[in-house]
Amino acid sequence: MSLLDFFESLEQSGIGLLIRESLWLFPAVEAVHLLGLSVLGGSLLMVDLRLFGVGIRSRTPEQLVRTVRPWLVGSILIMIATGVPLFLSEAVKCYYSYSFWVKMSALGAGLLYTFLIKHPVIRSGAGAGVQAVIGVLSLAIWLTVAGAGRWIGFS
Amino acid sequence: MTLLSFCQWLAETEWSIALHESFYMYPLIESTHVLALFLFAGTIVMVDLRLLGFAFRDVPVSEINARILPWTVAGAFVMVLTGVLLFYAIPVRTYQSLWFRFKVVFLLVAAFNVWRFHRRVQKSRVSWDSDERPPRSARVSGAVSLSMWAGVIVFGRMIAYNWFDCDRPQSDFVYWLSGCIVELADA
Repeated sequence: MSLLDFFESLEQSGIGLLIRESLWLFPAVEAVHLLGLSVLGGSLLMVDLRLFGVGIRSRTPEQLVRTVRPWLVGSILIMIATGVPLFLSEAVKCYYSYSFWVKMSALGAGLLYTFLIKHPVIRSGAGAGVQAVIGVLSLAIWLTVAGAGRWIGFS
Repeated sequence: MTLLSFCQWLAETEWSIALHESFYMYPLIESTHVLALFLFAGTIVMVDLRLLGFAFRDVPVSEINARILPWTVAGAFVMVLTGVLLFYAIPVRTYQSLWFRFKVVFLLVAAFNVWRFHRRVQKSRVSWDSDERPPRSARVSGAVSLSMWAGVIVFGRMIAYNWFDCDRPQSDFVYWLSGCIVELADA
């Protein structure tokens, strides 16, 4: 079975059909996806701003990582829980969408980067220069995820 | 001149037509509007979580305000700039969009809430600045902010859908709410 066949079967799955045949479900799920984006953006920015030496300077980046963790993880879970149904409803369109693959690659990179590189580096107490680079990369990757995600809708 | 005729005039201007018909500019402006949610809504959510006592409990409210709200203002600047351009690209349909009208109402309530928080609620801040759980008035400000901005985001997204557009058959109530001109819609 090719990947395209697999995506076609996903689109014919229960959730995919349910959303595609409903007038309201896709926009409603998408709206929640956007609300999740807001919480995700805030959770990332509170740490990234601090890495640039602005933001909540009375706390260390490490403390801020710990403080925002439930909101970061919670918003990522909301994004996935709403994103997967959106994908299922138009899996074949996504298969042919360059933006979709850019987004998914960036998303994978973003998750690995955040939890396996960014947070460990912050915990290791890196200097100001390294912190700034870590913060710029974080924003660049996640804005690519968001931007490519938005662009799926234009393709 | 009515607002509708102003929008009709806007729609006839050269730049509005160019923006409307552009292949990349409109999607780019729209994407910037969405991506600015990171900065604008993201920072608002974090400040509100502090006001509600849900996060950053060990950081004084005054510090969150001073260090984070300037970024919210920067985000608001991007939002308004791109938002005005999006309206300018499609003035008449947007003006008559039920969703856009809901969005504006929520936006006005959210703005009033901001004004009220800064002018009224914060007057007593010195006495609760470092409280892990701020007083009821501040928590109400945070909750109103979260729900109003959530509404703004959701209704803003819905503007893209034409269910309640004037050029589709609607109930008299929707025609009235959307400011449709029935004669124009029937034509």
